[in-house]
Amino acid sequence: MADKIKVATASLCGCFGCHMSILDIDEKLFDLVELVEFDRSPINDIKTIGKCDIGIIEGGVANSENVEVLREFREHCDILIALGACAVNGGIPAMRNQNTLQECLETAYIHGIGVDQPCIPNDPEIPLLLDKVHPIHEIVKVDHFLPGCPPSGATIWTFLTELIENKPISFPYEQIHYD
Amino acid sequence: MPEQQTFKLDSKTIPFRDGDTIMDAALRAGEYIPHLCHNPEFTPHGSCRVCVVSANGRHVSACTQQAMNDMEVDNRSDAIMDKRRNLLQMLFVEGNHVCPGCEKSGACQLQAVAYYTNMLSPHYTHFFPKRSVDASHADIAIDFNRCILCELCVRASRDVDRKNIFSISGRGIKARLVINSDTGKLGDSDLTATDKAVHVCPVGAILPKHRGYDKPIGERLYDRQPVSQVGDVAAHDEDDNHG
Amino acid sequence: MDPGKITSSIQLPGPGDSTLLLQHLVRIQAEFNYIPDKAVADLSSSLGIPAAEIRGVIDFYSFLHLTPRGKYDILFSDSITDHMLGSRELITDLTEKLGVTVGEVRGDGRVSVDTTSCTGMCEQGPALLVNRLAINHLDQQRIEQIARLIEEDVDLADWPKEFFQIDDSIQRQDILLSSMASATGASPDTLTTLLSPEPDNVLDILQDAGLRGRGGAGFMTAIKWRSCRDTAAEQRYVVCNADEGEPGTFKDRVLLQRYAHQLIEGMTLCAHTINASKGYIYLRGEYLYLLEHLQAVLQERRDLGLLANNISGKAGFDFDIDIHLGAGAYICGEESALIESLEGKRGIPRKRPPFPVTHGYKNQPTVVNNVETFIAASQIILHGAEWFKGAGTEQSSGTKLLSISGDCERPGIYEYAFGTSIRQVLGDCGAHDTLAVQIAGAAGVTIPSEQFDRSIAFEDISTGGSFIIFNSDRNLLDMVQNFTHFFAHESCGFCTPCRVGSSLLKDLIDKLHAGHAGHYDINELNRITIIMRDTSFCGLGATAPNPVIQTLTNFPEIYERQVQHTDYEPAFDLDAALEEARQVTHCFGPEAHIKS
Ligand SMILES: Cc1cc2nc3c(=O)[nH]c(=O)nc-3n(C[C@H](O)[C@H](O)[C@H](O)COP(=O)(O)O)c2cc1C
Ligand code: SF4
Ligand code: SF4
Ligand code: SF4
Repeated sequence: MADKIKVATASLCGCFGCHMSILDIDEKLFDLVELVEFDRSPINDIKTIGKCDIGIIEGGVANSENVEVLREFREHCDILIALGACAVNGGIPAMRNQNTLQECLETAYIHGIGVDQPCIPNDPEIPLLLDKVHPIHEIVKVDHFLPGCPPSGATIWTFLTELIENKPISFPYEQIHYD
Repeated sequence: MPEQQTFKLDSKTIPFRDGDTIMDAALRAGEYIPHLCHNPEFTPHGSCRVCVVSANGRHVSACTQQAMNDMEVDNRSDAIMDKRRNLLQMLFVEGNHVCPGCEKSGACQLQAVAYYTNMLSPHYTHFFPKRSVDASHADIAIDFNRCILCELCVRASRDVDRKNIFSISGRGIKARLVINSDTGKLGDSDLTATDKAVHVCPVGAILPKHRGYDKPIGERLYDRQPVSQVGDVAAHDEDDNHG
Repeated sequence: MDPGKITSSIQLPGPGDSTLLLQHLVRIQAEFNYIPDKAVADLSSSLGIPAAEIRGVIDFYSFLHLTPRGKYDILFSDSITDHMLGSRELITDLTEKLGVTVGEVRGDGRVSVDTTSCTGMCEQGPALLVNRLAINHLDQQRIEQIARLIEEDVDLADWPKEFFQIDDSIQRQDILLSSMASATGASPDTLTTLLSPEPDNVLDILQDAGLRGRGGAGFMTAIKWRSCRDTAAEQRYVVCNADEGEPGTFKDRVLLQRYAHQLIEGMTLCAHTINASKGYIYLRGEYLYLLEHLQAVLQERRDLGLLANNISGKAGFDFDIDIHLGAGAYICGEESALIESLEGKRGIPRKRPPFPVTHGYKNQPTVVNNVETFIAASQIILHGAEWFKGAGTEQSSGTKLLSISGDCERPGIYEYAFGTSIRQVLGDCGAHDTLAVQIAGAAGVTIPSEQFDRSIAFEDISTGGSFIIFNSDRNLLDMVQNFTHFFAHESCGFCTPCRVGSSLLKDLIDKLHAGHAGHYDINELNRITIIMRDTSFCGLGATAPNPVIQTLTNFPEIYERQVQHTDYEPAFDLDAALEEARQVTHCFGPEAHIKS
């Protein structure tokens, strides 16, 4: 392959665990950088996205900024990947969907343990929260899903090599789990 | 002696007896047909539809369809697997399944069957229904978020325990499991930890308390081998049933 | 209502017959506008049914409630035909006048207003039910009167009689209706004639006549009756399916209203043929207004020795009929769900086989037939197989009653010989500029004008009788939306594909209808319809996607003009999802919105 494959990654409403897992492919990381070049990603701290072959999204969509970033990724990436439980189905953050936003915010900022200045933050700079946390496929078209909390480094490696080599995507049994 | 009756399950010839369903005969022959609401100890229910097969070209549920001589049953084709995956995806979006936070994870049959069908995402739009957790009972908790309405607990409590503790209320997407006690709470029912109903739930909805996450990841029921080899969660000693 | 009064006035059954649960609940609901907890507890102890199960039954049927409805409980029929006649404007009108929100009870408990599935008054809509009694021909004036009567708290018995007038609407007769035109009342001679041939002979005649079920599925009636008779049993049952829940069908209503004697003659003939001593009419709750009339007819026949013991002077031929009321559940028209409901339970379809003919009511052999089928059977025995075969086609003998509604000058009941073309029907009822005809109800077929030469027959377009006409001013997507809502509401919830799929489908059609869908969503529609069709447990789920499948095939343009040019559109309204946050944080500026 002549040109390196351009990859961008982002963490929306996630815990960066999936990004840690990308790094967790260990020594294969060296093979990976042979094949790919990172565009916007927390890994290199590049903040704007250019045209990419692959976009990898960790985390679900919880606020207006998540929506914006996700849409930008969809626009700039040929292939968009939902990485990890939160991107795939909302994950742990989606457990807040059982409550109204008001209840969530009041619990956190008003009645929470250790709150000394009860007040729901409303600086216009802070992105507004959506009433529910959504998996990313409910906002944009997603081409591939990699479940797991987080998906293992091995799963990510299997996937990326298959994708890059244009092979059908399939995994050994142990590499797919939802937790 | 009358000639042995058989049918074809994919390429295998499966013998059967009068009155057998496709599922009965397949199970006896050691052949796996994915299922959730079926448990050989109870009368077939046919509600989850995950055991859908194509028998002589007709889509039927293997757990309810009587086996017939020379029947040709498709249990493995991509088309059949695709239907099952879609049914599982519907079950996932219908409830609130947060596997990373579920004690049953790794030993959950819904998960395991989903792995078996290569389900990588729930695909559909989530309903995110508001459901509750009932922890009022001293020994058993029930998390309605994870209930898939297989009615195994309903059947076990009615037919084995003779207590009728569970039943179904509502209809359509509003159908839900309810507890038969004055308050509707599990703690006010006669359920005991040794009841059959407590040991048949294929998912993490009915769980014994005071434990959980007691098997390390990698050693749980379905961590290393697929459900087609391990079998139903209910068939394993209940001490093994936990993540 | 004070609870003490409730307990004393609820007449509870003696211990035992749990099959009467639903009937008790219907009665208690009618009396108190809800089922009080005390009644649940008392029924539980007297019938030996767990309270949660009783609440489960209440929660299953749309007409039963655990909390009080208004003293005047109004349900607007919500079928597409009602919409076409302007029902939605009238609902808004009434709720505004009364100051009540749809689905809720007004603060003072006086009135509640909601919608309900098609009430079977399509040719004289828009229609509503007030405390389960039908009022048709709604218009602004009638709505105004109703609002006034409610505000003035006028007893229903004192509402204008003409409100409750229900037309027969028979527009065209063929051999069946005209053979009964003169014979209306109870006729001992007719019954004697019906009971004179040997049962085997009756079966042979019905077989020869080629009578097939008129409820939709078209099963050979003679075969059904014969297998029931040939199954060894202590008791056999004859059940008349008068649930008529298919949107757009109302012919059973007219038959019950006008030809109740002929129906009971048919049921009695069946009982005599299969050796049954007990029968039931399962009457949909929406037809409550017919109950008194039917009971009077049954009593008249008992008094004349045409029902109950030693019928028609035949020593040992005992047969009686009870009427069971449904309570707002379309699935109870499916015969095995109907039997569950007859047994007092939630109307969940049974596994089949075994079929009701061998294991039906109380697990005994049971014949379930449609109203029209019983009537046709008795007329065949009276007039002969040749008379019947003189109409219709080789494979579909006789005639069919069509319930015609929608865009035409003369809606109503039309009887046609099988084999009649749609074009002829449209001409006769005065339909102009017809875009499509929806035949066989919500789960039926959507026929475009190129196919109007097709005919009504089991071998071509098979139908229980629903025939809804849409002219070219209509948007068929409105129909699709109405039907997908209907199925999501009526799914019994037993099996995964229908329980979840019908709601997914409804949400997608709503998205499309609102103009928020992309091309991807069309594929999604296809995907869900296939899963529902191929994997559902019963006919409801398997046919629920039909309106989508039919229109995607025959009228793709109604989808194309609704989809966005983008491929993929979010599953929900992103900006609306920020509204709660805007309210909580009081941020309303442009930065507090998402552009779509
Ligand atoms: C969802 C569903 C609803 C049905 N509703 C009715 C109905 O309202 N009336 C009816 O006669 N048959 C209805 N049927 C058909 C019945 O199951 C059954 O076939 C019929 O009552 C048999 O009578 P017949 O042979 O005289 O037509 C329904 C079937 C299904 C699957
Ligand atoms: S019940 Fe099974 S599928 Fe549901 S959250 Fe628990 S582990 Fe996951
Ligand atoms: S609680 Fe478990 S066993 Fe009971 S219906 Fe739900 S999933 Fe089935
Ligand atoms: S298809 Fe399934 S959910 Fe739908 S009505 Fe039939 S049994 Fe009930």
